Order: sequence, then C-alpha cells, then structure tokens
Amino acid sequence: MAVLNVNGRDRDVQADLDTPLLYVLRNDLALNGAKFGCGLGQCGACTVIVDGAAVFSCLTPIAALAGRRIRTVEGLGTEQAPGTVQKAFIDEQAAQCGYCIAGMVMRAQALLEKNPHPAEQEIRGHMALNLCRCGTHMRILAAVRRAAAAMGTAENGAKG
Amino acid sequence: MRAVALIAALGLITIIGGAVAAWHSAIAPVTPPTRQSFAADEVARGATLAAIADCAVCHTTEGGRAFAGGRGVPTPIGTIYATNITPDPDTGIGRWSQAAFRRAMREGIARDGSHLYPALPYPHFTRATDEDIDAVYAFLMTRNAVHQETPPNRLPFPLDRRVLLAGWNLLYFRPSVWQPDPEHDAQWNRGAYLVEGVGHCGACHTPHNALGAEETRRTLAGGYAEGWYAPALQRDSPAALPWTDGALAAYLRTGYAPQHGAAAGPMTAVTETLATVPDEDVQAIAVYIAAQMPKRAAAAAGSPPRSGGDPAAAMIFAGACGSCHGDDAQMMRRGEPSLSLGSAVNAPTPRAVIQVILHGVPAREATAAPYMPGFEGMLTDAQITALTNYVRTRFSGKADWSDVGAEVAKSRSGGGA
Repeated sequence: MAVLNVNGRDRDVQADLDTPLLYVLRNDLALNGAKFGCGLGQCGACTVIVDGAAVFSCLTPIAALAGRRIRTVEGLGTEQAPGTVQKAFIDEQAAQCGYCIAGMVMRAQALLEKNPHPAEQEIRGHMALNLCRCGTHMRILAAVRRAAAAMGTAENGAKG
Repeated sequence: MRAVALIAALGLITIIGGAVAAWHSAIAPVTPPTRQSFAADEVARGATLAAIADCAVCHTTEGGRAFAGGRGVPTPIGTIYATNITPDPDTGIGRWSQAAFRRAMREGIARDGSHLYPALPYPHFTRATDEDIDAVYAFLMTRNAVHQETPPNRLPFPLDRRVLLAGWNLLYFRPSVWQPDPEHDAQWNRGAYLVEGVGHCGACHTPHNALGAEETRRTLAGGYAEGWYAPALQRDSPAALPWTDGALAAYLRTGYAPQHGAAAGPMTAVTETLATVPDEDVQAIAVYIAAQMPKRAAAAAGSPPRSGGDPAAAMIFAGACGSCHGDDAQMMRRGEPSLSLGSAVNAPTPRAVIQVILHGVPAREATAAPYMPGFEGMLTDAQITALTNYVRTRFSGKADWSDVGAEVAKSRSGGGA
C-alpha cells in the first residue's frame, strides 16, 4: 500500500513496496505509455520522470517514491494537444514501430527542462541510454533538436 | 586551519630552501621537427608507452581531439586542466625540444622554466629511461597538431602560484631512474618498471597526504582518484578471492574478471587503453602486482554475508538492484560474480559503492562490456545511504562503514576528489 503522486495526482496503490514503478503504472494505473523492454535498465523504453530526472521505471521500486513527483508521457499532452516534445516527435515522424518512443520523449523532456539549449554532444550523451531497435535514432535526434528550438522560441516570445 | 598552516609552511620552505631550486631557465624553442625525423619503430614503441601511461585519458576532452588537452582534472585543491600535447607550435608542444620534453617528464619543469603541477605524474615518469621518454616524444611529435588553448587552472590563491611547487618538490620529489632488482626475474622487473614508472598506478592507488604527495611508505595501499576509491594493490587488497596473474591480466585488458567483477570509474579508461598494448607488457604488470597481493583471501573477506539490514533498504535493493544482483537474477544464474566478490563492497571505505550506485558503469560504444545504469536521478541521498549500508551488511563479512551519509553528499556534489 502506497500513495504515489503521478502526473500531479495522488494515487493509492495496492502493491508490495519492492514492485517496480513500471508495473504499477501499467497494471494498476492503466498508464501504458511506458513500456517494458528489458527490465534491466539497458533499453530505456520504460523511462519516466521523477522529480525532474529521467529514470528507468523498471528499476525504480515504489519504496523509493514516497513524496516524489512522477511524470509519465500521458502527463505531457493529449492526442489533440500534444506537448512541445511530443509535437516535435510527430513533426519529425520519429517513430517507426513506436515501442521506444514514450521513453525517448520523457528522456528528451527531462533534458530540455534542465537545459533548453543543449549542444549536439549533450543531446547525444543524454539520449544514449535509450535504444531504438528500428534504428530511427537520427529522426529522434532531429526531433529533440526541433523541440529545443520550439522551446527556445517560446522562451524568447515570453521574454519579448 | 591545517591547510593554511601547510600552505604557509610550503611558502616558507620555498623561500628558505627553494630560492635556487625554484628557478629554472627556459629551454630555447625549436622549429617543430618533421615527422620524417623520427624512426617508425621508435614512434611505435612510444605509442605503446603512451598507452600504458594513459596520456590520452587526461590530455583529451570527451569527444575532443586526441592529446589536444583541455580536460579538467579534479584534484583536492581545485581543477587542473591537462595541456595540449600535440605538436602545435603555438598552443601545444611543437616548439619543445627533446631535452625540454625530458626535463618535463623527469623534473616537472615546462619548456619555459615554470613548474608543472604533479597532476602530471612526473614523480613516476622520472623513473622512466631516457630511451622511453624519447620514444613518447617521438610518438607525440608525430600526432596531428591541434590548435587549441588550454583553459586556465581553477585553483585558489596561493595554490595557483607555481613557484610553491619548488617547495613541494624539495619535500616530496626524488628524481631517480628505475633500477632493476636483481632478486627478481626480467618479467617482474618489467612489471615493476611499468607500474612504478610509466604506468604511474600509484597516482591513484597510493594514499596521498594533505599536500597531494604520495605516501611513499604506503605505496599502492589504496587511494582516491576523481572521487572514486582506488583499492589497495598490495597486502591490504580488499579482494574477496586472491588475484592471480591470469585473472589480473584479463581484467586489465577487458575491464572484467569473473572472480572479481568489472572495472568502473576512472579504471574503465585505463583498461580500455591497456587493451591496445602488447600482451607481454600487461602480463608483466599483472605478475608484479599479483606478487604483492595476498595469496589467500583475507579472513573476513568472502565470509558468509550477515543477515538483517534495514528492511526499507532491502525493498529498494530488491526493486532497483535485484534484477541483476539478486540471488536468482539471470545475471547470477549465468555465473557472473556476486557483489560479495567485488573489491567495492569489501573496501575500507564506501566510496566506490556510492559512486557506482550514483553513476553506474557507463555503456561503451560498439563493444560488449559490463554496463550498469546510474541511480543518481532515482534515489535520494538518504536512500543511497541506506542502500550502501545494506549492501555492506548483506554482501560483506566486514564491519559497517561509518559516515556513509556524509560520503554520499560529497560524492553527489562531485567533490571528494
């Protein structure tokens, strides 16, 4: 039994404390964006954001999450109104089979919230933990650059 | 206060004893020698020695041009930037003569006569033969010249005054050339020469005093490097099972030993370069090091793990670590080493366990190698502290560590070098 704050809402969860967050998101909360890939922190398909940092939800026991803010891809936007990063991924057609994409979006989101103007090396270094077996990495990188540019424009607009 | 007193003492020693020693003349700049002026076999020998010395690891930034410098080396006194050692005449060592290069390696004096910080391990390189130093010179002078300025060091006054190093040298630096020990065979001597000289293993694996000098009476007794613990390589080795020559040679070449575990932190880069050097040199290093380590496991090491431990930490271990390190995990069933065999959990300090929890073992591109994700973003300081204590209790027969929380905070902030 635990209370988890997911996408801004406190959720009561009936699960053992060593249960990985990924299982709770998918099985108990019907948030199916994050995917099970390897269960070992090697592929990144399960990536979500905890307190601003991208984490592998398959290796995050809910015991570690009391009082912390969890965000999933479902919290970024909707089909009708996608978030900036989601929109950039759509515009670049970055998904092929799509299995890795929720994790890719969340890892990119975490980067751009901390660093809206990442250098190419920073993007590549940060995204290196997430794998795409279709091999759309070049489009994914283009999407991250596009999202960074869009966020930068929004930032400048806000200032101006 | 202790540091202030030490710096004052250093200043005084520099003034009293070092007035003459502090002054070194510049060595006249030369026209950069052509590639053709170096023999191919000398360049090749220099390439091997430069790999054993790991020149590129410090003198290259991540993703930067090889040997062009600019990497910040964290030290307890501040950040020292490794210089450009490509043959660029303006920003590198293009105008350094062979004599100037020898003096830098042997005495820690730059071409212009200024002192170099012992982050450049000249207290080790001084032991190398002229022939070997010249080969490294030949290798470096035949690399591609890169025009790249080195950022200024970030050191507090007065440690940014290089003249203080004259006092440091008087206290701690003993110029010498390696002498073979006739008691031992050629392979052991080759290993000793590489470990104590060119390879400068002690720069990380020997404890350092408050002024950054190696404690010469505790050579290879375990030290700190870039925030990591570099375990003892002599009788104090924390290894649960004794290291053999063969296991050590394999570890040095691949970064992995099935009876011990995987290289992590700064050691990963060391094993990556040792993978490129001739087998006989790695074998010699392994023979020399293994000869100093215990032939049998220490009594406490490898003893049955203690039960108990913080139940909250046990939950975190089960969820975050168990899928690889748990008793019935696929990785364990495949025969990979248990955490109980690793030097990290059996070490006298929790530093390596904390660092590896925070930062993991990064994946290497295009090569099958050990990998572990970092948990920096996932776990709080309190959780990492509890987990570190739990890992010690569960996997090591040794006593609890003290001050784990402070160590975690230090490692998280990137300090603790």
